[in-house]
Amino acid sequence: MTDQKSTIAFVRTHMLEQLPPPRGEVGPAKWIKENLFSGWFNTILTLLSIFVIYTALSSIIPWVFGGVWSASSLAECREILDGAHAACWAVINERWQQIFYGTFFPSSEYWRTHVAFVLLLVAIAPVLFETVPRKLLFVTVVYPFLMVWLIWGGSLWGPIGVAAGFIVAYYAGKIASNYTGSGLSALIAIVAALVWWFFVGPLVVGMLDSVVPLLPLREIQSRELGGFVISMIIGVSGIALSLPIGIVLALGRKSDLPLVKMMCVGFIEFFRGVPLITLLFTASLLLNYFLPPSVTFDLTVRVIVMVTIFSSAYMAEVIRGGLAALPKGQYEAADALGLDYWQAQRLIIMPQALKISIPGIVNTFIGLFKDTTLVFFIGIFDMLAAAQSIRANSEWNGITWELYIFIGLIFWVCCFSMSRYSQWLEQKLRTDHR
Amino acid sequence: MTTMIDPPKADGFRISQLLYDTRYRAITIQVIAVIAFAMIAVFLLVNVNRNLASLGKEIDFGFLSNPSNYDIQQVLVDYSSQSSNLRAAYVGLLNTLFVAFLGCILATLIGVTAGVLRLSKNWLVAKIMTVYVETFRNIPVVIWIIATMAVLSEALPQPRAFRGENPDASMWLWDSVAVTGRGTYIPRPEWGAGSIFVVITFLLSLVAIWAFGRWSKRRFEATGQILPNVWIKLAIFAVPTLLVFFILGRPIALVSPALKGFNFQGGIQLSNSFLALWLALSVYTGSFIAEIVRSGILAISKGQSEAAFALGMRPSRTMNLVILPQALRVIIPPLISQFLNLTKNSSLALAVGYQDLRATLGGTTMNNTGRELECMLLMMMIYLVVSLLISSGMNVYNKSMKLKER
Repeated sequence: MTDQKSTIAFVRTHMLEQLPPPRGEVGPAKWIKENLFSGWFNTILTLLSIFVIYTALSSIIPWVFGGVWSASSLAECREILDGAHAACWAVINERWQQIFYGTFFPSSEYWRTHVAFVLLLVAIAPVLFETVPRKLLFVTVVYPFLMVWLIWGGSLWGPIGVAAGFIVAYYAGKIASNYTGSGLSALIAIVAALVWWFFVGPLVVGMLDSVVPLLPLREIQSRELGGFVISMIIGVSGIALSLPIGIVLALGRKSDLPLVKMMCVGFIEFFRGVPLITLLFTASLLLNYFLPPSVTFDLTVRVIVMVTIFSSAYMAEVIRGGLAALPKGQYEAADALGLDYWQAQRLIIMPQALKISIPGIVNTFIGLFKDTTLVFFIGIFDMLAAAQSIRANSEWNGITWELYIFIGLIFWVCCFSMSRYSQWLEQKLRTDHR
Repeated sequence: MTTMIDPPKADGFRISQLLYDTRYRAITIQVIAVIAFAMIAVFLLVNVNRNLASLGKEIDFGFLSNPSNYDIQQVLVDYSSQSSNLRAAYVGLLNTLFVAFLGCILATLIGVTAGVLRLSKNWLVAKIMTVYVETFRNIPVVIWIIATMAVLSEALPQPRAFRGENPDASMWLWDSVAVTGRGTYIPRPEWGAGSIFVVITFLLSLVAIWAFGRWSKRRFEATGQILPNVWIKLAIFAVPTLLVFFILGRPIALVSPALKGFNFQGGIQLSNSFLALWLALSVYTGSFIAEIVRSGILAISKGQSEAAFALGMRPSRTMNLVILPQALRVIIPPLISQFLNLTKNSSLALAVGYQDLRATLGGTTMNNTGRELECMLLMMMIYLVVSLLISSGMNVYNKSMKLKER
C-alpha cells in the first residue's frame, strides 16, 4: 500500500479557495438571461414588450406630468399649455367637490360625510382585522344608525328609535324563552319589534322630538346626495346586507324542504338571469305599481334594495359552491356530535364554507361596488353624472380624459384594495400544510 | 291508588309536535313559507290591479302589433319604422345577441392570450399582463364603454381627412378598411353566380374537419400514434374552398368602401357605438377570462406535468394531452358564466346609444306607448330566457365533462 501511494504523482494537501461563480450565473445578469432572454421566442417577446412599454409611457408620462393644475376653464388651460399635448388636471382641482359630494350637497355640511367616512373605517376595522381591539365592535353595531343620522340629518331620536326596536326584540325573545321554546320565542321577538317599529316607536320618537330634539342636524334629501358619497352609501349597504341574505338563500337552496328549495332556486335564477340595469329601471319606474298608492319609497332606498337583492343572488351561488366543496364527513360529524341544524351550520359548516368561498365573496363585493355606477342611468347624481354635468358646463366643455381617469382611479383604489385584502385573508386562514 | 300517571299516548298527535317534532316541523316550515309567499304575491297583484285601475290602464300586449314609428340604426333583418313594435324588439334582441356573440369570441381570444402570457417565464410579459388584468378588472365597465366611445369619436380622423392628394389619414389593409370618427367601414362581400357552391364546399369542409377529428382520435386511442392534426385540419379548412373558389372564377368579390361626398359608401358600416360597446366589453371581460384561464392551469397539480415529462413527453404535447384536458374542466364553467355576464352587460349599450333590446323594447317602444309594466316584464323574460338557455347549455357540457366516478 505504501509504495502505491508514492507512485501517485499529485496529492492535494490543502483545500482550494472557493471561486466565485461565473459572471453570467449570478446576480442581475443571470436573472436577465433566465427571465428575459432564454431562447429566441422569449427574446422576441421581451423586445416587443419593451417597445410596447416605451410607446405607451412616452405618450402617457408627458401628458400626465406636464398637465396644468390651476386654471379656471378649459380655454385658459389650453392657453397655458400653448399647444402642448398634456392633461388639464385643473378640472379636478376646480370641481373635485362635485365629484366627491355631488352637485347638490350643501357645502356647509361636507364635514358630516367626512365624519361618516372616518367612522366607517373605525367600524369595519374590527371586522377586517383580528388584532384590532374587540371593543370597537360596538362602533360597528351602532354605525348604521349613526350613518343614517349623519348623512340624512334630522334628530338623533329617529335612528335611536329604530335601534331600540332591536333591543325590544331581544328582551321580548329572552322573556318569552322562559315560558316557551326557541321557535315560538323568536316569533314573539319579531312581532314585538314590528309592533315597536310601526306603532309604539314613532309615537315615542315624535314625543321626544317635540320635547327635546337630540343633536338635530340639517335635513338632507336623498336627491341632494351624489358623487362618491352616494356610491359609498349604496356600495357599503349593499355589501353589508347581501352577505347574510346570500347565506340564507344558499342554505335554502341546499335545504331538504322541497318547497323552500324551489322558492330559493326561483329567486336566485331570476335575479341572476336579468341585467341589473333592468332591475334598476324596475325600481325607478315600476315600483309604484306594486305598492299601495299611499306608500312611497325613497329612490336611494329602492336602489339599495335592488342592488342588494341582485348581488345576494350571486352571493348565494358563491356560498353554495363553498358548501358543495365541503366533504360530506363534516355534516355527518356535526350530526354525530348531536348538534341541531343551526348549531351545525354556525359551528362546523359555515366557518369552513365561508373560508373556501372568500375569493368569490370578495369578487361579488367588488362587482357590486362597480355596479353602483349604473345608478347614473336612473337619474341618481353619482360620479359619472357629475362628470357629465361638468362636461356639459361651458367652462369645461370638451374635457373627457381627466375626469374619467380620476373617477376610474377612485374605483380602482377601492376595488384593488378589496382584492388585496381578500388575498391576505385567504393566506392568513390557510390551514393546510404546504 | 286512584292517582295514576297518565298513560303515555301511543300515537296521539299534539299541536306542539308541529313545532318540536322534526318529522312534522319540515311540513310546518314549508306551509308557513308558502303562505307567506302567497300573501306577498297576492299583495303585489292586488296593488298592481288597483294602481292600473286608478290610472285607467289594463295589462294589454296589443301595442306589440302596432307600427313602431321609429328607426333603428343597425338592423340585421328587414325593418322599417312601419314594422311592428314586436319586430323592433326582435331587431333589438338580434343586436344584443350580435354584440354578445362577437364579444364572447373576442373576449375569449384576449383572455386566453393574456392568461397564458401571465404564466409566461418572461418576467416582463407576465408583468404587463398583470397590469392589464388588474387595471381592467377594477374599474367599472361603464367607464370603459364611455372612454372607448370617446376615443373612437374624438381621436379618430373624420371622413374628410381621407380626401385630397395628400390626405391626413389613410385606409388600412390595402385600402379596404376605413377607420373614421363616424364609424368603421369594412368591405362588403358581393355574391356572384356560383358562390353558393363555394359556401357549400366550405360547410362540407367544416363537417370533414369534425369527422377527421373523430377518426384521428379513434386511431390515436387504438394505435397511440399522433397525426399532425392541426396542419391537416387547416388544410381541410382552406384548400377545397379555395380550389372551388378559383375554379368557378372567383364568384365572391369584396367591395371596398370608397369616399363619396361627405362619407364612405359601398362597404358595411360598423357604427362607433357598436364598436365601443364591443371592444370595451371584450377587453373588460377578457381580463376576467385571463384570471380564469390562469387559475385553471395553475389548478392542475405539478405532479401531472412532472409525470408527463417523466414519460418523455415534449412540453407542447404535455400541454395538449395532459394539462389542457384537465384544466378545461376547471375553466369552462366560470368561462360560461363570464359569457353570461357579458351578455347581460351588453344592456349597458345605453351609455353609447347602441340600439339593443333594452333600447328598443325597454326604451323607445316603452316611452312611445307608455306601457312600462308590459315592456319591462317582457324584456326581463327575454333576458331570463337567454340566460337560462346559456346556463343550461353549460350544465349539459358540465355533465359530459364531469369525472366519471365509479
